This record gives sequence, structure tokens and C-alpha cells, in this order.
Amino acid sequence: MRAQQPQGATPQAGKDNEKAALEQRLRDLEDRVVALEGELRQLKAQNAQPAKPEAAPPAAAPSAGQQAAAQPAPASQAEAVRLGGAGGAAAKALNPDISVIGDFIAAAGHNPINPTPAFQMHESELGLQAIIDPYARGDFFISFGEEGVNLEEGFVTFTALPASFVAKGGKMRAAFGKVNTMHNHVLPWADRPLVTQNLVGGEDGINDAGFSVQRIIPAPGSWFVEGTGQVFRGDSADVFTSSEKNDVSVVGHLRTYKDLSESTNIDLGGSFSRGHNLFGSDFITHLYGVDATLRWKPLQRAIYHSFVARSEFIWRQQNQPNIGVCAAIACPAFVRTGYQRGFGFYTSADYQFARRWFVGGRVDRSDRPFDASLTDKGGSLVLTYWPSEFAQLRGQYRFTRYAQNFDAHEAFIQLQFSLGAHGAHPF
Amino acid sequence: MTLRSKSYSFFLIVILCWTLLLPSSAEAKKLKVITTLTDLASLTQEVGGDKVEVEALAKGYQDPHFVEPKPSFLLKLRNADLLILVGLDLEIGWLPPLITQSGNGRIQPAGPGYFDASRFAEILEIPQGNVTRAEGDVHPLGNPHYWLDPNNGRRIAKAIASKLAEMDPADQAYFQQREQDFEKRLAEADQKWTGQMAPYRGRKVVTYHRSWPNFAKHFGLDVIGYIEPRPGIPPTPSHTIELVNQMKREGVKLQLIEPYFDLKTPNSIAGMTSGKVVVLMPSVGGRPEITDYFKLFDYDIALLIKSFEETK
Repeated sequence: MRAQQPQGATPQAGKDNEKAALEQRLRDLEDRVVALEGELRQLKAQNAQPAKPEAAPPAAAPSAGQQAAAQPAPASQAEAVRLGGAGGAAAKALNPDISVIGDFIAAAGHNPINPTPAFQMHESELGLQAIIDPYARGDFFISFGEEGVNLEEGFVTFTALPASFVAKGGKMRAAFGKVNTMHNHVLPWADRPLVTQNLVGGEDGINDAGFSVQRIIPAPGSWFVEGTGQVFRGDSADVFTSSEKNDVSVVGHLRTYKDLSESTNIDLGGSFSRGHNLFGSDFITHLYGVDATLRWKPLQRAIYHSFVARSEFIWRQQNQPNIGVCAAIACPAFVRTGYQRGFGFYTSADYQFARRWFVGGRVDRSDRPFDASLTDKGGSLVLTYWPSEFAQLRGQYRFTRYAQNFDAHEAFIQLQFSLGAHGAHPF
Repeated sequence: MTLRSKSYSFFLIVILCWTLLLPSSAEAKKLKVITTLTDLASLTQEVGGDKVEVEALAKGYQDPHFVEPKPSFLLKLRNADLLILVGLDLEIGWLPPLITQSGNGRIQPAGPGYFDASRFAEILEIPQGNVTRAEGDVHPLGNPHYWLDPNNGRRIAKAIASKLAEMDPADQAYFQQREQDFEKRLAEADQKWTGQMAPYRGRKVVTYHRSWPNFAKHFGLDVIGYIEPRPGIPPTPSHTIELVNQMKREGVKLQLIEPYFDLKTPNSIAGMTSGKVVVLMPSVGGRPEITDYFKLFDYDIALLIKSFEETK
């Protein structure tokens, strides 16, 4: 690195070499300053993060003064071992990422079957997200209504498991299809599709406490294949009810994905779920789902144009009491006796025609879960405007023809806004 | 019935265990390095030579803030030994979920294969005091477009070489030798570039996004304004008029635009100021001929000089 002055060089060449050497030293010094600045930035970011015991090998031959200064360290380390023991300034640096997403909806139109208030602060989602330790991260999403609080999700993800497994434990949205996994604020609509409302537990969906394991499965070509298996307590909206401890529900999901070109990709999934329903431990509900998504986004103009077409087909089959039993236990009026096979789907398309503008539409159709002979149909048109990455304004017109031959025409204005650092969601 | 439910759970577990038995990857001797941007890939290739296998996730002509976290990236990340990222929250919108889902413990933020290049680079525009989003999409940790200064390129390459040597001690001398060779070639090239740019030092320009502070500082350009009213906020008519007036006042002719922005507003500004829109490449691979870190500056500087000459 250092330029050596060659023997017998002219004085001019010697001066040049000296100058070069000086320049080199200056550059080295500059690099050291930059490196120190980088370390400083990192230290500031971590602040007084408790030192890991193995992270501090003693410096070679420390002076007496340094040794004296190093003495109190074990005590502070001992303090740091306490769970949640980081105090003062350190606590701030170790705070999780905090975000709040507000979802305000104004509605117009008449719909006695599924009424919506004229104005509502539909949801305030508080997100608390952080890396727990080198092996895991934690995510909490607490959903506040205008009254009442609900733990939408709260789970730990183990990211450093052997054999490339990723495991989660806690309460989470089940990996059943696409819409069920999505939070309200990432939906391209102000509502959820009819099939979700009717067959997959509505807004809450299959969302339960349990355990999830997923892994990428090696596949030929450039196919991405991922399998997910989940076991839950067995309580999810009107889908599953756990009458005793053994009434767990399971969810399985297989996802395949392929890049068709650098701007187009296709995403196909199959889902299965099984659990016990509200009639008791002897009554089983099965759910089957198929989902397909086609996305287009030209890379060089990715912030201006995109297109997403998506569809989910869902079958729900469940045992229900026969006439005799139903009479004895006084089934609710909406329940039809005997085995029910309900089917529903939605198909949607969303096109981004300018940096801040999206237009979309959705077609809905779904049988009712407890009386599959009744079918609701509908559709929506949506226009979304994003003033910035952190806010969006949406207008939606929704038509629904309910099985009772009642037509509902509704209009929604939705305003969503995001505060703080909300972690990105999976694709 | 509960027995059946248990057998289903068992079945799911068996499927997942079965995937365990499939070979996940052949034992490769080369270090597998994934970088978020092509520039970091180019620097890694320079120092890693044939001892590493490098691939970038984003393309050079893509806005690095808005990359989609495609599952196909997971296929690359799951076997990576080393993940090199720009940091400073540039990739915040897409990289964290990919890392979490990758099932690769090595590249997790605390893991041995997680390498944030910003730690080794000179960072500009670190906001002082309170940061709010009234300023637009500001990066609280500083401007992440730091690789566009050859000095930072050198520093990052050096740090990558040390990291590679740490991961593959047997080839330490090889990496060191390549790094020194790179440093030498870069110093020569930089001398050429700064020489070429010398007549244009102090020239005033306008840029679309705040992507060029390090580039401007190194080559002595004076960025007097931005087409975006605030970082990440698309141009507004009132701001555009203000900018046009300022450009006219100060005699500014050139607008430097990244390849992923719409040219409508820049073109109309160029019309009003009788200036020129220059689509400068912020990353390797922005155009097919920009195949490495050297060619990136070759391209940008040649284009800049040509544009300065045309708008004399």
C-alpha cells in the first residue's frame, strides 16, 4: 500500500512519491474517520444495549486505569440479565417499532342485512414489532375498535431454526388463502369479499391461538414452493368452535409461485382447514380453498403502473344437527338441518394507472354457511388515491343481491393513515 | 372425531418433515453472496473473484425503495452465506419480510452473514433534530444513496474483503490481493473521472430525488433543488413553477433524473428553462452496457460532460 521510494530515483520523482505517500496517508486517515463515524452511528442506534457476555474479549495488556474502569462491568451485565431489564436511555433504543394505522369509513346506502354506520373509526391498528434476540422476532398487532380492543395478532417467529424451518407461536391470522392472511389496511377494498364474510369468518377470519411451521420445499425449475402447517385451539368466528380441549383445528397451505418474466408473476395456492363447529365436538367443518394471483409491474416504471388480478374459490362443508336434534337443542332460525356444502368465490382486478391512483373491481358470490341453499351475489367498483405512501383515500360502490332477493346499493369512503414505522408485509 | 383431527395434524407434520429429507443444496465451495443492489454485487465480485457467487436482488434500473418482496427472492436468500445490504432504511419496505421468511439463520440481522454496507461509508444528509414525515419520506439515518462516490466504493470493497476473509480464512490472501488491485484500478479511474469533470466543478444542477449528494460532492456539482417537493412526494405544479423560476434565476440547465421516474414533469421543466433532461444511472445494470462499478461512472460522467457541453 505505502509507496516505497526506489533507490537512485531523481529528486523530482522522490518528491512525487512523497506526495503520493502523503495523499495515501490522508486517504487512510479519511477512511478511518468514516469507519469511526459508521461505528458511532451503530453505537447510537444500539445505544447502551446490554453487552453480550461473549462479545467482549479483553484487550491485550490493558493498562491499570483501563482495568479499574472495566471493574463495574460485571455488575451492569448482571443487571442486564433480568428480563426487560434495560433501563433509562437503553430502554428507548430497544423500544420496538411502533405504528398506528387508522381506518375511517363513511358509508351511505341501505343494507338491513349487513348494516354499516354512517361514520365509524372502523379500526385503529397498533403495531409493535421488534427483533427479540438472534433467533426470533416478535410482532403484535392490536386492533382497537371505537369501543373495545382485540388482539388481532401477537406472535413470535423463530427465524434461525435448523433445516430452514420458520416457526411461529401465538395468535395469528391463519394461512388459509390470501384474504384471510391480510390486515385491513393492505386490502384493495374497504370491505372483505362476500365469500370471506359468509364462509371464512368475516373480518376476523380464521384467526386463532396456535402454532405454525412453514418451509420452502425444493422444486424443479424456478418454481417457489412453500408448505405451511398450523394447529390452532379451534376458535375462529363462526367457522370453528372448540367445545373441549381436544377440538383443535388445523390449517394447511401449499403455495407455488413463479416469475413469468421480470415484470409478471403468478402465485397459486391451495388451502385446507378442519375443525369443530358451534354445534359441538361431534360436528366438523371442512374448508377447502384455491387461490390464484397474477401480478404485473414493469420494473422501470414500478411506481407508476401495476396490475393485480386475484381470485379465491372456497368450499365449506359441515355437519349440522338433523331435524330431531335441532328441534331438541333449538337451533337458530338461520340453520338448515343436515350436511351443508357451501361454495363461494371472488374475482378481482386492480390497475394502477398513475403514481397515486388505482382503480379496481370485484365480483362476489357465496352461499351461506349454515344454509347452503341460500346464495348472495354482488360486486364492487373501487377508486383509490394515495396522497403519499402513508395515507390513502378510497371510494367504493358496492352492490349486493342477497338470497332473500333484497338488493343493497352502498357507497363507502375510506380514509387510512399510517403513523410511525410499520413493518412491511409479506408479498 | 378428535382422533381424526389428530391424524390430520400428524399428516401435516409428516409432510413438513418429508421436506427435511430432500437435499436443500449441494455443498458448494464458493461463498454464496446475495446483495440487495447491483452496485454492491459488483463491488463484491471485484474483491471476491471466483471464490464467490454473487447475485443482486434488485435490478439496476429499478427504484430501490420500491422493490417487490417476491418469493423468488426467497429461493436466493435461503441458501445465502452472506447478505449485503445498503442499509439506512433504503430496503425497509421490502427486505425485512424476506429475511424473516427465508428460514436462513445466517442472514438474520444478528447473524454472521448479515452485512450492512452503510457502516463503512461516508453518509451525508443525516437529519438533525426532530424528524417528521412532514418532510416526506426522509431517511432518519441519513441519505442511503452513498455508493455513488468512488471513495465509498473503495471503503465498502475493503470492508467486504475483510468480511469475506473472515468467512473464508483460507482465501484471505486472495481477497486482500484482489481488494488492493481493485483499489489501485479505482484510484486510477477516479483520477481520470475527476480530471474529466474538473472543468465543470461548481456547476449547478437540479435532481429529481435526493439520490446524488455523494456523487455531487465527489465531483463538485452543486445541487440547488429537487423536482420532488419532498422526498418520495411526486412533483406538484406550484413546486415546479418555483423550481423553474429558481433555475432561470440561477441559469441552471441540467436536470439529473433516475431511470425509474416519469419524464413528463422534467421534460416540461426543460422546455421552460431551455435546458436538458439527463437520465443518469444510479446503479450498475441501469443500462446493458453498464456491467460493473467502473462502467457506471464511465457512463454517467460521459453523459454529464456531453450534456454540459450541449447546454453551454
